[in-house]
Amino acid sequence: MKVLQIKNIEKSYGSNNVLKDISLSVDMGEVVSIIGPSGSGKSTLLRCATLLTEMDSGELIYLDECAVKNDEKGKAVYADKAELKKVRGIFGLVFQNFNLFPHYSVMKNLVDPQMTVLGRSKEAAEKKAVELLDKMGLSEKADFYPCMLSGGQQQRVAIARALAMDPTILFFDEPTSALDPELTGEVLKVIKQLAEEKMTMVIVTHEMAFARAVSNRVIFMDGGVIVEQGEPEEVFGNPQAERTKQFLRNYQS
Amino acid sequence: MSLLTMITKMAEGLGNTCAIFFLTLLFSLPLGMVIAFLRMSKSKIISNFTRVIIAILRGTPLMLQLIAVTYGPYYLFGISISRNKLIPVVIAFAINYAAYFAEIYRSGIESMPVGQYEAAEILGYSKVQTFFRVILPQVAKRIMPSITNEVVTLVKDTSMAFTVSYQEMFTIGKQIANSQTSFVPFVVAGAFYFIFNAIVDYVMGKVEKSMDYYE
Repeated sequence: MKVLQIKNIEKSYGSNNVLKDISLSVDMGEVVSIIGPSGSGKSTLLRCATLLTEMDSGELIYLDECAVKNDEKGKAVYADKAELKKVRGIFGLVFQNFNLFPHYSVMKNLVDPQMTVLGRSKEAAEKKAVELLDKMGLSEKADFYPCMLSGGQQQRVAIARALAMDPTILFFDEPTSALDPELTGEVLKVIKQLAEEKMTMVIVTHEMAFARAVSNRVIFMDGGVIVEQGEPEEVFGNPQAERTKQFLRNYQS
Repeated sequence: MSLLTMITKMAEGLGNTCAIFFLTLLFSLPLGMVIAFLRMSKSKIISNFTRVIIAILRGTPLMLQLIAVTYGPYYLFGISISRNKLIPVVIAFAINYAAYFAEIYRSGIESMPVGQYEAAEILGYSKVQTFFRVILPQVAKRIMPSITNEVVTLVKDTSMAFTVSYQEMFTIGKQIANSQTSFVPFVVAGAFYFIFNAIVDYVMGKVEKSMDYYE
């Protein structure tokens, strides 16, 4: 079953075409990594898919909810507020710089969205939060405030916060780019664990070894287009496009 | 007139001074939020209109505004001036201070990182929920030092009510000073304001401290 279908997305800032006719679909349980140089459009693609940035044209479908479709002129039309709210409940997003709520404790960061948005009871929300913190290895940090945690711990809290909303698909926007190498590992380990549990994920990352190890499919983007995609062994082991080879070579050296 | 009599008489006016102070805060703090939102409105007409209003309120003396609100209705419409001058005084103070608070709120709201809005949006918070649960608590902490500044100024500004002969502490002090040809009432007034502000400082310090639990 397809969780996400992106069809022919176009996005430009002025005369700068950031996304050129990108199509992509993600199956339930699939882990897709998107790699590519800075400015290739990876993050913009993720922002369009998560409704943070408006696309110029294209279609966006989650499960059987249509969030965006084209009108006759090929211009993107967004669904109404109620429909978009439903769609937002299907996905979660983990940001590069965490974006935890600094005025809430770790526990409240996980509990408040569940109660405010999903209408869960305090007990149910706390139970869920405790389970997730335990899974993230952060049980003792429940009463801490984000500023008291390391970057790696903050990012794990952010992942837990996203999971607490029971998303069907989880996006990661360079989840380890703001972390020093020592802390990167603990976050990647958590994402890997989610992959093993068959969580549907789309991960924009610069961690090539990680992408290779964790994904079912790797997408290489450059200049606003998908240059190449396939199983990690194909893309990393035997890249076809010249641009992919060049990019990977730079990374390996 | 003995010093004690002076102090007692002036202290009687402190009730009115406090009335101006607390009523002004009561009305101007929320009104400032409304003005801040109008100022940040997406409609160019509303935001520019509000900007002009704020410019006038901040660009002309509060003393002038006090006189305008108190006596304006009489000169413009022939409406007789109510005997209770507290109402026009508080109106003038509240509107003037709301303009300053509005700009403080706006600076605080605009200083919030966009990531906080985006995180809330992704989690599914509505715009209103985002503002009250995520943005406002953080803005409150950021702007508290500026708010304290204004509150301290307000304590001293209450003395301007003497221009419309509202019987607050400073007005009474000035009357005594005139009738007794003495400078002492001004010293007493200075001491009163200083003590008042020491209390304000202490309270606001506590408030700021209560928000210190995170960075």
